[in-house]
Amino acid sequence: MSQNAYTPGVAAGRLAPDAYESRFSDLHPALDAHEALVAADRCYFCHDAPCITACPTDIDIPLFIRQIATGTPDAAAKTILSQNIMGGMCARVCPTEQLCEEACVREMAEGKPVLIGQLQRYATDHLQAQGVHPFSRAAVTGKTVAVVGAGPAGLSCAHRLAMHGHDVVVFDARPKAGGLNEYGIATYKTVDGYAQDEVDWLLQIGGIEIRNDQALVRDVTLEELRADYDAVFLGMGLGGVNTLGLDGDGKDGVLDAVDFIADLRQAGDVARVPVGRDVVVIGGGMTAVDAAVQAKLLGALNVTLVYRRGQDRMNASVFEQDLAASKGVRIVTHAVPKAIHGNGAVREIEFDYVDDDMAPTGETLRLAADQVFRAIGQTLDGDDLPALDGRKIGVDAQGRTSLDGVWAGGDCAAGGDDLTVTAVAEGRDAALDIHAKLMA
Amino acid sequence: MADLTSDFIGIKSPNPFWLASAPPTDKEYNVRRAFEAGWGGVVWKTLGSEGPPVVNVNGPRYGAVYGADRRLLGLNNIELITDRDLFTNLEEIKRVKADYPDRAVVVSIMVPCEEAAWKAILPLVEKTGADGIELNFGCPHGMSERGMGAAVGQVPEYIEMVTRWCKQYYSKPVIVKLTPNITDIRKPAAAAKAGGADAVSLINTINSITSVDLDTMSPEPSIDGKGSHGGYCGPAVKPIAMSMVSEIARGDETRGIAISGIGGITNWRDAAEFITLGCGNVQVCTAAMTYGFKIVQEMISGLSEWMDEKGHTSIDDFRGAAVPNVTDWQYLNLNYVAKAKISQDLCISCGRCFAACEDTSHQAIAMSDDRVFTVKDNECVACNLCVNVCPVEGCITMEPMAAGQIDPRTGSVVDADYANWTTHPNNPAARAAE
Repeated sequence: MSQNAYTPGVAAGRLAPDAYESRFSDLHPALDAHEALVAADRCYFCHDAPCITACPTDIDIPLFIRQIATGTPDAAAKTILSQNIMGGMCARVCPTEQLCEEACVREMAEGKPVLIGQLQRYATDHLQAQGVHPFSRAAVTGKTVAVVGAGPAGLSCAHRLAMHGHDVVVFDARPKAGGLNEYGIATYKTVDGYAQDEVDWLLQIGGIEIRNDQALVRDVTLEELRADYDAVFLGMGLGGVNTLGLDGDGKDGVLDAVDFIADLRQAGDVARVPVGRDVVVIGGGMTAVDAAVQAKLLGALNVTLVYRRGQDRMNASVFEQDLAASKGVRIVTHAVPKAIHGNGAVREIEFDYVDDDMAPTGETLRLAADQVFRAIGQTLDGDDLPALDGRKIGVDAQGRTSLDGVWAGGDCAAGGDDLTVTAVAEGRDAALDIHAKLMA
Repeated sequence: MADLTSDFIGIKSPNPFWLASAPPTDKEYNVRRAFEAGWGGVVWKTLGSEGPPVVNVNGPRYGAVYGADRRLLGLNNIELITDRDLFTNLEEIKRVKADYPDRAVVVSIMVPCEEAAWKAILPLVEKTGADGIELNFGCPHGMSERGMGAAVGQVPEYIEMVTRWCKQYYSKPVIVKLTPNITDIRKPAAAAKAGGADAVSLINTINSITSVDLDTMSPEPSIDGKGSHGGYCGPAVKPIAMSMVSEIARGDETRGIAISGIGGITNWRDAAEFITLGCGNVQVCTAAMTYGFKIVQEMISGLSEWMDEKGHTSIDDFRGAAVPNVTDWQYLNLNYVAKAKISQDLCISCGRCFAACEDTSHQAIAMSDDRVFTVKDNECVACNLCVNVCPVEGCITMEPMAAGQIDPRTGSVVDADYANWTTHPNNPAARAAE
């Protein structure tokens, strides 16, 4: 082995070739049938269950768990998928510890919630492994809808529209559909090409055409879409990435965490993805954790995640923080980047320590860094968009924008947490409103 | 430390926990393991007449009913009496009794309802040195189709007749094992008493089909696509058994006869409950078949600890202590008023009490937007369903109202005096229809 953890600079192949597979394997291996029954038995079938309220897509969780417990996992899958067509991916990537499982009464009772996420995956995997698509289209309406973005919001919207008989064309800037499911989630959360499998399974509904490499503005304009289709749904996410605003932002090795995560997903063989010996990730959300953990899994010697506020303010859940810590990521809080040092390429990054009000304390920190990953938020790209609410597209409760016939949802729209499951809910609800409008 | 030694109708054992006549006591190997594990006694699996033994099915003998986490709640059994040679069994019984003189060894017997059959087998059993016999008038499957087991237990005259033969041809204690597959358990118990039985044991198993295979349409356990009712046992039957035991303990014609309690006894607490209802000892089967013989160690330690806590020094100290409190419905105090109370500290907000009360009872639980559940005293009839469905033990309790308080449901003052169905002014039909 020519490279190892101590190899200076940025290098691929820091680990023995056989080390990668286990490191990047499923974070939560699938439950087998016995495990699923044992887990399902713990559900109390609560009245007006708090887990349902906590789910952005309102999945009837007690019902689907009872369906698993009584030996009908495919019925359980239909319960899930009728509310959330990407229930399979959400089962893998939802921060359940902040949603359904946090609300589970057995979390309150014993500190051990029912394994809702893993049970959801058990049911959806069971159905999807048979290649069965449980929904069918209504009679074709002749109405056409353009969807921009083939991520969770766009595909959810497209599927629901197709179910109602509308013909949908989905435009996506990337070569593959799936959006962040395909490009923006840590490898160990969605193994074995699940994101593409799910897209293929979803498209079995029919009536949906995906056009890849079609970016809004660059390849198609909103004006054209509004002219050519009966309705438009914008679900293209956030294409831009916030910079650190420092002189050294452009140095070699100063990178966007989302690109690193996408490279890992698209690499085929993660061993080919280069990583620094000393890595610093700046940010406190899921993207920061996904990048930091994977840098460590790739064999980086030192990975430090630096966040400007206290740990309790981090967007990443406690589970994610603990995951990072367990993989050897050092978490530094109350520090903001001050300067990037290095000649051409980054060598060190310097921080000011700050108090809770973000005022510098006078103390500083310098960290060696072969790579600095920016994970401090993304921004909306585009021209001639509907009116913004803050930095995102303003929408009402049905997802309607300021432009007639244009709806929006997912990360590009204001409001809601930037979660896969929220995007799915927004896409679904916008579809229902589009349907109502088109059929009025 | 409490003294657990048991003297049941003169049969002594170091503790009141016996293994019932059943598959676990079919042969020497198992019984030795049971005694090594600590069981106080065994009732050897039922012996039949001399000659070719019965033949069992060669497919599944048991079916099951499960609770959460696949806990076995009920077991159904179509096994017959011992399918081993009579003399093999007798030799083994003799050897085991000789090696374990401090343990109780009782022999279960089932032979045809003919005096000669009993006269033939009883001396053979007597020679083993066993401490007594138990007459199997209970098994509801197979043997009953040949006029034995439950077929005898369902006819009090036969019970009395056979018991009398046994007392005539056998010198040691005679226990009559009763079938629950009848309408009034007091009748066969009275017949046993009239025939001179030293004790009754109950219950034997209950006619049952545990499940149906929805692919083959065969009841389980399925023998080549067909099923026959079996005998149901295990935790699910305990309430039925305790009711029957209590009927015998307090029945005019049956009061005073010694009772060996059987039916779903799984832990020390179950055993203690049977004893408070008048049992001199208890017999266990399904729990051992589910978990192995080691469970007796928990039964011994648990009963002993509870007795110490309560200041009981012997089994007799609390035997029958609950019998005076078993009464007829008509004598329950209608002036007793309770209300459910939900502990907000213990509540986990599952809302099952609300669903149960709102959908199926008296709409007496309120639910707030933030999932706080409280009892509406003006609607609560204290039915106890909320307590029963609550997953947290002790979270919902039934709190009696003090005399003099006003029951917000009825607007009446809670009366300190006892008034039952036969005397209460609220009851227009104080007398039963004649």
